[in-house]
Formats: sequence, C-alpha cells, structure tokens
Amino acid sequence: MKRRALLSGAALALGLAGAAHADDPTKVGFVYVGPVGDYGWTATHDAARLEVEEHFGDAVETSYVESVAEGADAERVMTQMALQGHDLIFATSFGFGPDANNVAAQFPDVKFEHATGYQQDHENLSLYNARFYEGRAVIGHIAGHMTETNTIGYIASYPIPEVIHGINSAYIHAREVNPDVRFRVIWLFSWFDPSQEADAANALIEQGADVLMQHTDSSAPISIAQDAGIYAFGQASDMSEFGPDAHLTAILDIWAPYYIERVQAVMDGTWEPQDIWHGFAEGMVELSPLNDAIPEDVRASAMELREAIASGEYHPFTGPLNRQDGTPIVGEGEVISDADLLAMDYYVEGITAELPD
Amino acid sequence: MDLSSINPAVLAASLMVAATPIMLAGIGELISEKSGVLNLGVEGMMITGAVSGFAVAVMTGNPALGFIAAVFAGMALALVFGVITQVLLANHVATGLALTLFGLGLSALIGQGYVGVNPPRTAKLEIPLLADIPVLGRALFGHDLIVYLSILLIAAVWAFLKFTRAGLILRAVGENHDAAHALGYRVVRVRLMAIAFGGACAGLGGAYLSLVRVPQWTEGMTAGAGWIALALVVFAAWRPWRLLVGAYLFGGIVVLQLNLQAADVRIPVHYLAMSPYLITILVLVIISSDRSRAALNAPGSLNRTFHAAQ
Repeated sequence: MKRRALLSGAALALGLAGAAHADDPTKVGFVYVGPVGDYGWTATHDAARLEVEEHFGDAVETSYVESVAEGADAERVMTQMALQGHDLIFATSFGFGPDANNVAAQFPDVKFEHATGYQQDHENLSLYNARFYEGRAVIGHIAGHMTETNTIGYIASYPIPEVIHGINSAYIHAREVNPDVRFRVIWLFSWFDPSQEADAANALIEQGADVLMQHTDSSAPISIAQDAGIYAFGQASDMSEFGPDAHLTAILDIWAPYYIERVQAVMDGTWEPQDIWHGFAEGMVELSPLNDAIPEDVRASAMELREAIASGEYHPFTGPLNRQDGTPIVGEGEVISDADLLAMDYYVEGITAELPD
Repeated sequence: MDLSSINPAVLAASLMVAATPIMLAGIGELISEKSGVLNLGVEGMMITGAVSGFAVAVMTGNPALGFIAAVFAGMALALVFGVITQVLLANHVATGLALTLFGLGLSALIGQGYVGVNPPRTAKLEIPLLADIPVLGRALFGHDLIVYLSILLIAAVWAFLKFTRAGLILRAVGENHDAAHALGYRVVRVRLMAIAFGGACAGLGGAYLSLVRVPQWTEGMTAGAGWIALALVVFAAWRPWRLLVGAYLFGGIVVLQLNLQAADVRIPVHYLAMSPYLITILVLVIISSDRSRAALNAPGSLNRTFHAAQ
C-alpha cells in the first residue's frame, strides 16, 4: 500500500516535471562507485558535478550517492533516484552498465548516462567514455625515459579492455624510447583499496621497479613512491600533494564540459542517446603539470606526442603491432579500430607478464 | 616458476606489516566476544581510529600521540555501542552495523581537511644486534613499535584469559551471563570494559593503516579490513595464539599473491584473494559440525542481550 502510494506520487511528480519544466529545477543524480574523497576517479566526477551546479545555479538541483556497490545495490539507488523525480542520472562506473539499462527500461522518461560502458539497450540511455589510453601513451613515453632499472611497475584493477589497452598503450610508447623496458603488472581485482595498493607498490619496488603507474583510484602508491624515492604517475586527479618529488604527472579526467552540455540538452528538450569516446582533442583527457624532474628534451617530446594525438595526426595504436604470442593485430601504418580497442583482451608483443583469466 | 627473485626476508617483513592492523582489531574483538558481545562495528571503529590518529599525528608532528588518540577515539566509539547495547539493550547486530556506517561517515567528515597531507613517519625500531642477523634480522627485527606491541598484546590477552581471576570473570560473563550475575559479578560493567578494549584495539589497528602501512588519509581506506578481523576471530576459534597465526596467514596470503604477481609468476589471483574467507567458512563448518566442540569454543552467551531481573 505504502509502496503503491509512493509510486503513484512519483508518477505524478514525473508528469508534473514535464508540464512545469520552466519553473522546476532540472534534477540531476550521480551514482559513484567510490567515496567522493578518493582523490581519484570518483573525485573527478564529483568536481564536475559541482561545476554543473555552479554553471546552472538555481536551474539545477544535483544529488549523489557514493560508494555504491556494482550490482543490485546500484539498481536500487538508481530506481530511488528515478522515483524522486530526477531528470538525468549519471552512472559513473563500468560495472553499473546492466543496472543502468534495467532501470532505464522502467523509467522511459528519465535520461541515463553511463560512463565507460558498452551496453545500450534503450532509447533513454547514453554512453560516454574518455580515451585514457591517449594519456597513457604520453606517460609511457615519459616512463621509458625516466626509468633507470628499465622496470616499470603497473598496478592494475580488473582485466577489462579499458585497463588492458591502457597497459598496452603505455608499454608501446615506453618501449619506443627504451627497447629494454620491462613491465611488471599486479592485478588487484578492486578499484579502490589503499592498503593493497600500497602493498602492491612495495612488491613492485622490491622487484626493481623505479617508475609506478596505476589504474586503481587511490593515491596510496604515490605516497609509497615518495618514501622509496622513485617516480609514479597519478590517476584521474593531480595527486602531486601526496608525493611532490615522485609525482611526474597525472592523467586527468575532465567531465564538466560534457556534463554541462548534457544537462543543457535535457533542459532544452534536445537530449538524444549517443555513444561518445572523447580524448585529448575534446579536452576530456588532460595531463597535470609535468614535474620539474623531467628533463627538458623529454618534456618537449612528450608534449609533441600529446599534440600529435590531439590533432589526430597520430594514433597510439598504429601498426605494425603484434599480440604477445606474435599474431599480428594491425599491419604497418594501419590504425586499430575503436571496436577492436574496446574488445582488447590480450597484451601486445614484448610484455612478459601473463593476463589473468 | 621462477621464485628466486622474491626475497623471503622482505616478504616476511611485509607480511608482518600487512597482518598488524587485522591482528590488533581481531584481538580486541576477541575480548569483546569472549565477554559475550558481538560487535560488528569493527570497521567503523578502525576507520575512526585511522582518521583521528592521522589528524593528531599531523597536528602534533608526533606519530606516538596519533596512536594514543586513535586508541581513545576507537574506545569512545565503542562505548557508544556499549551504552546502546548494554544499557539500552538494543540488538547487538543492528547496532554494530549502524556503528560501522556511522564510523565511515564520521571519519569522512573529520578527514576532510586531511586529504593530501603527509603524516610524520613512524620510526623503525631496529633492535640492536638482532637486526643485524642476516635474513632473520630484516624479516623480524626491523619493525616499528606497533608490530611488536601487537604480538605482546596477543601474549597478554592469552595470559589474562588463562591465568588471571579477571580473565576468568570475563569468560564467565561470556559463557553464561545469568550465572555470572547470580554469583554477583557486574555483567554490564565487565562487558562495557571488554567493549572499550575492543574499540581501543580497533582504533590502534586503524591508525596503523593510516600512519604506517599506507601512510596517508583516504576516505574509506580500511576497505573491509574490519570484516576480515571479524572473520579472523571465528577462524581462531576465540583463541589468542590461533588469532596470531590466522592474522599472519590472512596477511601473508595477500602479500604473497602480490609478490608472486610482481615476480611474473602465474597464479590464480581470484582464488588466493578469496581464500581467507573460504578458510573461515571451512573452520565455521568444522567447529559447528560437532555440537560439543562448538560449545567448547564459542562463548555461550555470545550475542545475547543481558537483562538483570530486578
């Protein structure tokens, strides 16, 4: 009885939202996989949420739920948001895909935006993603120059295509400037676990790594690198505060322009489902200021690489490229397709580590 | 398999560091459960200890003061639980879960000004002579004070439960609170003290994370360590030395699998990562398969609300 009353109330609210659009603020909800204070992935989304608020002022009302587990919990949170009359919901983790699609099916009037996913079953669901591998190409280039032990440690989260092609992109560009470079990879099977990330950083250092990269969200490896006197790259946000000497640069995720554009589209009634993948060129991926420890010539060549990628002149996955087992991926001068990148489940030739199943 | 690149001394040393937070939280929870109180708020007390210890260490520049603050912060939170469950007679499980949620939120609030701050480093206490022994010296005798303290605490708890009158009273309260009450023991007071001890240890374990193991403050940084500590108590069948073995085993598996991966040894990561929980379930099945044995291990009044009839 209570639930029915709630549902009809929500339905009424949704109906009213359509009619009284001009007066009511547009309600925008954000679902986060980690805490807003993670100083990494979730922090970047929340920073963008605040920019949305600042941009639209009273015309929008935003809300968020943090540390939402992927799965049933996410579905519950999104259903709740839809019932509360949100017009637009951003689901900001890969693993929210099935849940966002399920909820989208139940609330055709609510718009959904799913980050870094691939599943798009409904007319009211958009996909958006950033080409992080472009940034990883540049940090790979810098790492190849900076390493003295020729060993680079990589703290990875889950073996999904985005993480795998990130490792490949960094490796290809490190090897380009340093043929002897070797990657050591640890898979944590978690996006956020500071103590395990710290332990992993220590284990990699013990194996001779003097430059660390990470595809996990906490800043713990930066602190460890600082203490050990080696280098590291930040993830998602500028993490230089945790290790001013260690932090060479960070790949930044800039979501605000996209979020503002999409909220505007909902206000104007022009929102259409789409599937975008933006990089340096559109400003969704950026690098934080380079550390002074990077020599002038490396700095220049890194920026050159960044410009070439941004202008579309160069693609980080340009052939000839082979898989780890030697089978060719793309031939001389050819460029890998987006579809192949998004399905990448293998290391490129030269990486000695093995992918977990 | 090439294992030669893994240095066993370093592995043992990092194993001890990885095991210390869960061992501290576990020994505190063991005392609490021995008195008959199941406190599921370990995670919340740990993270509150982590942030309070971090904040005080940063403010004073002295990690020792940070650890002391963490002890009191954990204790304060535990006493909130104690008053609600022992005086107001609320359900232990629900209150414990609420305490975890409360602790996570409270720590995020306190920690807002401390993200991105570098804490003062805790000095390593290299034991003279012993630390110079090859291999063993680096593995066992080059740690900070808290690592040694955690082992001493295990020994102290063991001796307390086995040899002291107070320990006997604590166990009596945990086994049968009505009988202990009839004998004239103050059940609620004993339990409050046990709960406070549990909170103090959990707070210390949390501060070890934020001041030594990671060292930084990040929201949600315990990431489930409190729950592992709870599993550890069951795994240890409420026995202090077995808890030490369990903590090193659980911590060891984590560190070992990371080191194996770093050394390019192909291992099934998922299975290793879930093994502490699998072992705990296995132990639970074994100890509950035999009624008499189960009765020997789990405190008889665990998780039962005590209300003295007037």
